[in-house]
Amino acid sequence: MIRPLVTLAVFVAAWWAVAAWGGVPPYMLPSPQAVGAALWTQRDYLATNAAVTLAEIGIGLSGGALLGAMAALAVAASPILQRWLLPVLVLSQAIPVFALAPLAVLWLGFGLTSKVAMAMLVIFFPVTANFLDGLRRTEPGWLDLARTMNAKPVYVLLRLRLPSALPALASGLRVAAAVAPIGAILGEWVGASSGLGYVMLNANARIQPDLMFAALVLLMTIAIGMYVAVDKALRRLLRWAPGG
Amino acid sequence: MSPPGIVIENLGLCYAGESIFENLNLSLPAGRFSVLLGPSGVGKTSLLRIIAGLEAPAEGSVRAQDGAKLAGRVAYMAQQDLLLPWAGALDNVMLGAALRGERRDPRRAEALLQRVGLGHRMRALPATLSGGERQRVALARTLYEDRPVVLMDEPFSALDAISRARIQDLAAELLAGRTVLLITHDPLEACRLGHSLSVLAGSPATLAAPLAVPGPPPRAPDDDAVLHMQGELLRRLAALSPA
Repeated sequence: MIRPLVTLAVFVAAWWAVAAWGGVPPYMLPSPQAVGAALWTQRDYLATNAAVTLAEIGIGLSGGALLGAMAALAVAASPILQRWLLPVLVLSQAIPVFALAPLAVLWLGFGLTSKVAMAMLVIFFPVTANFLDGLRRTEPGWLDLARTMNAKPVYVLLRLRLPSALPALASGLRVAAAVAPIGAILGEWVGASSGLGYVMLNANARIQPDLMFAALVLLMTIAIGMYVAVDKALRRLLRWAPGG
Repeated sequence: MSPPGIVIENLGLCYAGESIFENLNLSLPAGRFSVLLGPSGVGKTSLLRIIAGLEAPAEGSVRAQDGAKLAGRVAYMAQQDLLLPWAGALDNVMLGAALRGERRDPRRAEALLQRVGLGHRMRALPATLSGGERQRVALARTLYEDRPVVLMDEPFSALDAISRARIQDLAAELLAGRTVLLITHDPLEACRLGHSLSVLAGSPATLAAPLAVPGPPPRAPDDDAVLHMQGELLRRLAALSPA
């Protein structure tokens, strides 16, 4: 815990030095003090918008993870779905999700829904792909054992393949937690009336780099906090898995 | 539950065009402990998997002497304990019921764990158990299935000598009266547990006439019959393996 903090302190010091003596104009790189001051003076404005972004990420993450997990389970349970849906799922990854952001705003409006949809879109695939991979790589010995036990396929899926795929699902969820903010911010950039992405665009237009950086700092804090929370929760839930 | 004898007739198996064995005949007497020995890679595990219904033979048949189907009457114990790492010992013992969607019987599972000497580790996760303890849970899981036929593929080979001797005693006691086929590399284990010992060897593999060991298992390691038979087995196995 100490080492990352030291690295962070060195980074802030370097930033401060460049801002003070590097000859960079403050409208391109505000000093850490200016950003700190913006964080403090604009705290209400920033907090309101951070809450919006946090909600978008949180709902998007839960919804995307749920949909992704269900899609993986459905494909694993049904050979028909596997034949019809899996190629489409893989092909859908060729579509740059970013290009869909304007569509999301056009169809779902400027509010929360379009941002949640974007976050879900970014999250869906890593969750589905990882979980499905786990569901398909069940220890063959367990499946043999299940066969000699006259197991029913539905219980093999729910009580054997699903729990054994949870560590793989957890890897997917960690990736999802890391990329979820991308989806939300992207949605805000394309069209929004609140959120940290909206604050950044606005501040940029009004040449308020200190406010822009303050929003960025908040966004990073949210993203890191989200990742750490998801990672901690998963480790706790999957204590049995080696390297959980 | 009177255990059936098993008759294996003209069994043949190929892998990638190569014949593993052909025209293999073997009968496992009802309610007896049969042991199968032989060099690695000779097809012992394949034979066991065919009897368990996990693999289909290229030709020949495996049937129960009583004429009823064998499927559903076989319990299988592999070399790995195959315990589920997320489930406690008790839940692992009741795995079969969970996978069939049946009501589980914790009382019986607890009694079985007591029998294998793990009454104090009912809730323990497999990772917290020793290798010997894990195989004892696997033995309890096999017994929970309560099948008349039990197939075991080197289940004790990874254990240290003392744990192995203890679980051999337990297995002989708890599996008595069932039709058992045990694969092993260990001549002592074979002589302590088996009523009849068969050696599978050659390419394609063939079975020599089975050796009968007198006396009820588990026999003491220094029992005269065990020592004599162990010597005989070692000679036979040594003759089969290239110097």
